[in-house]
Amino acid sequence: MPKPHLAMLLALAAAAGVSFFSPHFDPYHLDVLTGIGINVILAVSLNLVNGHTGQFSLGHAGFMSVGAYLSAGVSVFVAPRLLGDLAAAGAGAQGGVFLLALLVGGLAAALAGLVVGVPSLRLRGDYLALVTLGFGEIIRVVFQNIEVLGGALGLNAIPAYTSIFWVLAFVALTIFTVGCLVNSTYGRGFLATHDDEIAATAVGLNTTHYKIVAFVVGAFFAGLAGGLYGHFKLTITPTGFDFTKSIEIVVMVILGGMGNTLGVVLAAILLTVLPELLRPVAEFRMIIYSLLLVLLMLLRPQGLFNFRPRGPAGLRKSGP
Amino acid sequence: MSEFLQQLLNGLSLGAIYALIALGYTMVYGVLRFINFAHSDVFMVGAFLGYYLGRLVPPETLWGGLVVLLAAMLGCALLGIVIERLAYRPLRQAPTLNVLITAIGVSLLLEYSGQVLFGAAPRTFPRLFPVANFELGGLVLSTNQLVVILVAVLLMLGLQFVVYRTKIGTAMRAVSLNPRAAQLVGVNNDVVISFTFGLGSALAAAGGILYALNYPSIDPLMGVMPGLKAFVAAILGGIGHIPGAALGGLLLGTVETFVGGSQWSTYKDAIAFAVLIVILLFRPAGLLGRVAVEKV
Repeated sequence: MPKPHLAMLLALAAAAGVSFFSPHFDPYHLDVLTGIGINVILAVSLNLVNGHTGQFSLGHAGFMSVGAYLSAGVSVFVAPRLLGDLAAAGAGAQGGVFLLALLVGGLAAALAGLVVGVPSLRLRGDYLALVTLGFGEIIRVVFQNIEVLGGALGLNAIPAYTSIFWVLAFVALTIFTVGCLVNSTYGRGFLATHDDEIAATAVGLNTTHYKIVAFVVGAFFAGLAGGLYGHFKLTITPTGFDFTKSIEIVVMVILGGMGNTLGVVLAAILLTVLPELLRPVAEFRMIIYSLLLVLLMLLRPQGLFNFRPRGPAGLRKSGP
Repeated sequence: MSEFLQQLLNGLSLGAIYALIALGYTMVYGVLRFINFAHSDVFMVGAFLGYYLGRLVPPETLWGGLVVLLAAMLGCALLGIVIERLAYRPLRQAPTLNVLITAIGVSLLLEYSGQVLFGAAPRTFPRLFPVANFELGGLVLSTNQLVVILVAVLLMLGLQFVVYRTKIGTAMRAVSLNPRAAQLVGVNNDVVISFTFGLGSALAAAGGILYALNYPSIDPLMGVMPGLKAFVAAILGGIGHIPGAALGGLLLGTVETFVGGSQWSTYKDAIAFAVLIVILLFRPAGLLGRVAVEKV
């Protein structure tokens, strides 16, 4: 069996193991671990767009919100109508509904990614960043105006389907998919688009195609993470997915070293744990967080966890 | 008809504020080619400086208001220069993305420091200028709107003078055109960049106070939305293009006010971004910008 597949199976087994022993864990630690898992999915999927393909997107939270709302919609409105009361239906039926809800959320987010990506990927750099940010904000305002989904107050009473097993399993699946995609022959196109778009076009690669694929796949996993998030927090509001959230994810990617999956995973873990560790100094914790961010950029501009001297290109490229 | 004119007036006074903030974004982008996310928080600091300084002068006097305005502009200019010196200058050779993240870090730092220093609860902004309403053939014009429009116009004319008629302005344009060539002909880039940050931050402070005069509830996160919209305005006009920023700001403020007054008012916050997307898809360099062809 190829190495990545083996690693994936091992990760799934580990997820089942953690899930089996989860009653013995402190619930607070489990919550933090769930938060870490969701952030890892978001960061790794954004890394495909921002890191590997080099298209700077600032709208990831928008896709996450599409996934969160649509999947919550499925489990709150659609499933009870089709299957009746699910609380009585047992874990099997609940798991099935949850998977279906996540799939719907992910596909809807992927569709949103396609709709956003096709027009905006004609733009580059800061302009692309801004347009994706704009789309993210528009998605937020649209959800604020959909009364069925709770409007500005948000959607409540989402069933608590997210368990540590699902989160870890989807973390493994995300890393596996993105890793295999990028390391395949086909996936070299993403890196080529990132390294030098003009040269890539000159050797006959359809860079627009690669950009859109990266965007859609990234959006799919963001939607999945959104679904997990909704069924974990049990209540979602449009303001929870504003551009501060997008920036949080972007920071994880950049801190981890763009295009470096392991680094991005570590950065996502660090940036989720750090605010928790700083809780004792509650008032000052966000000040310390932002100060650390600035200092890290000044002292380790190549990303905190990027140890390869050459690194995936782009870190060598300077701005203007 | 009079309602239309009234909305137009309201829109222009909001647009003038967006324009003031947008100018700072566009100037910094002109010389350094990056989005200064912290700019919207300098705007917030400007409003808070106005709040605290406003207690020291008698309320509702013209001289008091002007003194507070100038003092806040000076304070924010210093803040902008310090931010550039400490956070951005060490990254002069780094990739744009790193500078962008640093800017986001500085922005968060200012916001959260603001929440600790000023408290997260909104505060009521004092009445700095004399308050009265004039009626002009069915139109209601408040002194605050008048102050906003007058101050904004004066500042923009002043900026136009600085950029096109002074030595430092010529140097700014030179750095924006080609930093290395500017250095070769004896321009001290560091000084010019510091000056640009100071100038942009002063305009943001003025924008902050004018905004707070019209929407007198201020809090440490007040800068986020106006900042984003002002940035949209800068792009709309063509980033790096000074008259473009003014035009974009006025346009955006007007459109937003009209949408806010219509049955689609709940979509007000989305409209700025919708306008941005449409403009960028059809005129990617903005209304007044020129498309630069990338050479290999």
